[in-house]
Amino acid sequence: MRTLTKLSRTAPDTAPASGQPTQVDDASACARQDQDGHNKGDGPLAREARETRANGAGTAQAHESAIKHVTGRAAYIDDIPAPADALHVALGFSPVAHGRLTRLDLEAVKRAPGVVDVVTVVDVPGHTDIGPVFPGDPLFVDDEISYLGQTLFAVAATSYKAARLAVREVVVEIDEQPASLDPVASAEHGDVVRPTHVQERGDWQAALAGAAFTLEGEQFVGGQEHFYLEGQACLVTPTEDEGVVVYTSNQHPSETQKLVAEVLDIPFHAVTVETRRMGGGFGGKETQASPWACIAALVARRTGRAARLRLPRAEDMRATGKRHPFHNRYRLGFDARGVLAGGDITVIGDCGYSPDLSEAVVDRAMFHADNAYSLGEARVTGHRARTHTASNTAFRGFGGPQGMMIIEQAMDDIARHVGEDPLTVRKRNLYRAERDVTHYGQTVDQHPLMSELIERLETSSDYWQRREAITAFNATSPIIKKGLALTPVKFGISFTAKHLNQAGALLHVYTDGSVIINHGGTEMGQGLHTKVCQVVARELGLDTRRVRITATRTDKVPNTSPTAASSGADLNGMAARDAAGQLRERLFDFAAEHYQIDREGMRLEDGELVAFNRRIPWGELVQAAYLGRVSLSAKGFYSTPLIHYDRETGKGRPFYYYAHGAAVSEVEVDTLSGEYRLTRVDILHDVGDSLNPAIDIGQVEGGFIQGMGWLTSEELKWNAKGRLISDGPATYKIPAFGDQPAVFNVELLEGHPNSQASIYRSKAVGEPPFMLGMSVWSALRDALASLADYRVCPRLDTPATPERVLMAAEALRRDGAPAAAQETQHDLA
Amino acid sequence: MIDFYLNGQRQQCRDVPPDTSVLELLRVHLGRTGTKEGCASGDCGACTVAIGTPDHSGELAYHTANACIMPAHQIDGCHLVTVEGLARGDALHPVQASMVDCHGSQCGFCTPGIVMSLFTLHESQRRAPAPLTPQRLEAALGGNLCRCTGYRPIRDAALCMSDYPDTHPTWADDPQLPADVAALAHDATRKNSAPNEATGFFARPRDLAELRDLRRRLPKARLVAGATDLWLESTQQLKSLDALIDLSRVAELQHIDETEDGWWIGAGVTYRRLEPLLEDAYPAFSHLMHRFASQQIRNRATMGGNVANASPIGDTPPVLLALDATLRLDGPNGERELPIGEFFLDYKKTALKDGEFLSAIFVPRPTADRQLKVWKISKRREDDISAVLAAFAWRLEDGVMRDVHLAFGGMAGIPKRAGATEAVLEGQAPSQALFATARATLRGEFDPLDDVRGSREYRLVTATNLLERLRLTLDTDNNNPAMEVCLDAYAH
Repeated sequence: MRTLTKLSRTAPDTAPASGQPTQVDDASACARQDQDGHNKGDGPLAREARETRANGAGTAQAHESAIKHVTGRAAYIDDIPAPADALHVALGFSPVAHGRLTRLDLEAVKRAPGVVDVVTVVDVPGHTDIGPVFPGDPLFVDDEISYLGQTLFAVAATSYKAARLAVREVVVEIDEQPASLDPVASAEHGDVVRPTHVQERGDWQAALAGAAFTLEGEQFVGGQEHFYLEGQACLVTPTEDEGVVVYTSNQHPSETQKLVAEVLDIPFHAVTVETRRMGGGFGGKETQASPWACIAALVARRTGRAARLRLPRAEDMRATGKRHPFHNRYRLGFDARGVLAGGDITVIGDCGYSPDLSEAVVDRAMFHADNAYSLGEARVTGHRARTHTASNTAFRGFGGPQGMMIIEQAMDDIARHVGEDPLTVRKRNLYRAERDVTHYGQTVDQHPLMSELIERLETSSDYWQRREAITAFNATSPIIKKGLALTPVKFGISFTAKHLNQAGALLHVYTDGSVIINHGGTEMGQGLHTKVCQVVARELGLDTRRVRITATRTDKVPNTSPTAASSGADLNGMAARDAAGQLRERLFDFAAEHYQIDREGMRLEDGELVAFNRRIPWGELVQAAYLGRVSLSAKGFYSTPLIHYDRETGKGRPFYYYAHGAAVSEVEVDTLSGEYRLTRVDILHDVGDSLNPAIDIGQVEGGFIQGMGWLTSEELKWNAKGRLISDGPATYKIPAFGDQPAVFNVELLEGHPNSQASIYRSKAVGEPPFMLGMSVWSALRDALASLADYRVCPRLDTPATPERVLMAAEALRRDGAPAAAQETQHDLA
Repeated sequence: MIDFYLNGQRQQCRDVPPDTSVLELLRVHLGRTGTKEGCASGDCGACTVAIGTPDHSGELAYHTANACIMPAHQIDGCHLVTVEGLARGDALHPVQASMVDCHGSQCGFCTPGIVMSLFTLHESQRRAPAPLTPQRLEAALGGNLCRCTGYRPIRDAALCMSDYPDTHPTWADDPQLPADVAALAHDATRKNSAPNEATGFFARPRDLAELRDLRRRLPKARLVAGATDLWLESTQQLKSLDALIDLSRVAELQHIDETEDGWWIGAGVTYRRLEPLLEDAYPAFSHLMHRFASQQIRNRATMGGNVANASPIGDTPPVLLALDATLRLDGPNGERELPIGEFFLDYKKTALKDGEFLSAIFVPRPTADRQLKVWKISKRREDDISAVLAAFAWRLEDGVMRDVHLAFGGMAGIPKRAGATEAVLEGQAPSQALFATARATLRGEFDPLDDVRGSREYRLVTATNLLERLRLTLDTDNNNPAMEVCLDAYAH
């Protein structure tokens, strides 16, 4: 384990006991106050943000690219100028979901106007399988076709349109075979992309047998299209050596570098991958940005010309994987108060045709099948079903959201069963002393924080008064029904693949005092570069205007991890801090000798080196150090301590820490039409000590809305042939402006620094808020339950579209109490 | 040649193919990459630009449009403002400053489009300040998807943009610009280069006579008005659109002629221009318009297009069916009028004969006793296509229902009235039993499809439930005024 002692100028080595407020510095407190005022609705947020004197870590600084965003100067891949002779690449995709390719006649394609090159699997000099973790992802179809939208060939032409038109000239013959599109059937037949994994703690069968009550339920949790606004895109230029430079909208440049090199059969050092920014990623550009880079690189090398490739929206949606749909089941035993004794949970992830990241995605679903609750003695089983669809992939939460859904359904069901308010049952089941070990053996150390957070939110949202009002309203309103729900989130932070928990950074100081920092993380809108600049500025006592981040490049910081698992700031912020810390210590050594001043007590602040009786401006210090032949460059490194997980035993401590949050949502439902509105949302979320409250609030709100979209309006539909028919924004509906709740109170939990020594005791914020959206789904179930006098909670698969809500309402009206959670014995494992 | 102003600078683009979009013109021909392509189908708003045209006072009025599905040739004679044209040197435009300070951008890809939607809102506020109600904000921003922020900071940016000093774009300093644009527009209406059938053409007739002549000479040419549906054939299906006749400048098609009995609405009238009339005459129709596509689309799309297109899920045809609208068709044999009920023959098939085109739609004036309800059911409230749309019109005469019109979209291959169900209700006093019969009849009268927007069963249940909503509405009108039968946001 690395010790942080030397660098921890501002962060204490040991955190105060949980529940104890800690001091925050003035700038941070001030920013939070602004933030607080803002969230209560009395004014724009941090109006002075751009002028703040101190804008290091902890302050609500604007996004580093904000001005470029609003003026149109921020360049995305397709905005990068390319040489006039650059080629445009379009792809030929499989028109069927399953079969054997028997003929691929490209003669007419080659003759089409503007076509310069046509590429198929036989033209690949190196690897033809680009599976990121496990094999199984062919760059081009060779023989077997595994999904509709799989790449058959590529065309390079002189214009985008010429390339797309040429693709249509192909003659394809396929021996079509039946497509397997039912993941439950696949799991039952053992047709899986990876073996089934089980986590088990205690004697769950005895716990079930001995429980006063048992309940069973199942659910379908739909997938989700990333719908990054900038689609998959790259631009590849050939180098004078055997290599290429790849500009790509990409969360994992190092992996793309590796795959491009392997496909071209050249050394990794011949490939440089650069990502300045993405127009959204959300996990969709972690592994699935690579194929396009590999193909464009092939074209660039073969033709000696720059090659552009971007997927039109419909092709992007058909060709790339999505959030995994899941089929989940629970059988749980509990007492009269609804407290879990134990039981059995099964999750089946629909992985699509290949492993991609599904091993870890389903693992994470299993790790989160408890959400914030102690399951008691429990078994959790995860299947990775194969179907003939695009290979499902990372998406904000990475399986965690799908896993949590089953226990949240169980909480509602159990509450109805024992006749209690769902919030009461949820609170009774939270991790607490004596019940603080998860089903995979990790101890939940900050559990008092979760209870405190919920209690504060209960109060600030007037949960119980509103509950009464809603019950009264529903009693007299036959058509419009209101619903209310509070759901918590406890999300484990760290890559569950241990080796990915590392990061590097490269810091240069130039002789004018300006600083450039590079790190392995990529910017997709989440404000990572802003935060890392703030970290460096804070370490060096500089204004962030003197610190800049250029593009992420594999030739600056090598062998990096994807920007994923919410870890961007945790890992790269620490690596940058390491680099800055080294440089600072080096400058202190130099200053002590050069200026003959006492090294003890030296510090960098407000653009100066401050010693006992001296203040030396940063620029002067840097110049003197340069003349004194001191290196003004440093590289930093970080690896997360403490974490481990043994897949053999299903035990370990996979997470460095947990991030927490809770949301209260209120809905009104028209039970005649299934239409509904989200009227009020209250959120309290734990980011430890915030690195940037404005950015963190942005992540919380954006994550919530995206999670709400996943569970409400975003419906993926395939036809019986396996063709995605919701393949554009006309048919796939992400939340729009009017879907934001009329009242939206969002607060960051204060006074709870991370119990672990993370970067300035902050917590990861990218993924956890996504799952706050579950409160909307639970509130819809609550509203529907009123139709049956709250005796049952209807099954409500997701997305809970107006159609699903209406059908659930109709069933309740027709049958009174339909099959929701029941006693049937059904055990897949 | 396309002759226009771009951010205050005159641009003359030659040899632009007829199927080029404004977005392509900007990004590919002119190298202005600030405007983004998110979907190329007019659904996400990333490509939103502002189009300035001279208004009655001689000033330039700005409206948003989706550049991805706007024909480049239609920008001729306009002032096109893009995200690059707002800042004055380093000084941000108020909407830009407000977006930065409110943290309104994350990944930034949708931001140029959002900035442009805010710009037109800011322009309308500058000219005629009015409260920024949630409805107005929704109208202004409902066509701009953002996947990162959750919209709250964008809403804040809209609410505080007027607190900033009004930094004009540099081009706004030029007092001559509106007159120059007006001159160009005027000039544009007079030039109409002869269509070249070999290289493709974008013909721009200026009046009905010219249009008729072009129709006769170029029978294969497609008609284009707002292009909001047609252009998808180019961007999504890669169909060649090289023979086009533009209706947007045909003077007669732009008229709204008021008569004693109602209004003849020219087929080229955009929904934006129609909004005040509908708001006044038919609030329920006007309410539907707030949920019809997005502001960007409503600024350009025409009711004529929605009718002539004959989609079974077009939103206005059922309403026009319920209102007994009349169509005026124009063609080689002169004009004729046709009740709209006789227009839709089969899926995407209409009563239009070869060479005929729709020139106007007659919407009758509302009468005091005639009621109209329009209910749209879709997955998302804003900017979505209906799963089911119901338009109900009737009047109550001595307690019984008369002239009952029940028209539906999404329930058949064409927009269609439920004749048998109407017959059940006609001449009867509304009662629970009567409506139960009506619902059963309605269920048997339609056989809708399963598709991406809803299952057959859902459509049937919804349609019959909307009939129940109608009964409850009548009931609450009379007996139970306190009872809510429909969420506010969906009411009318």
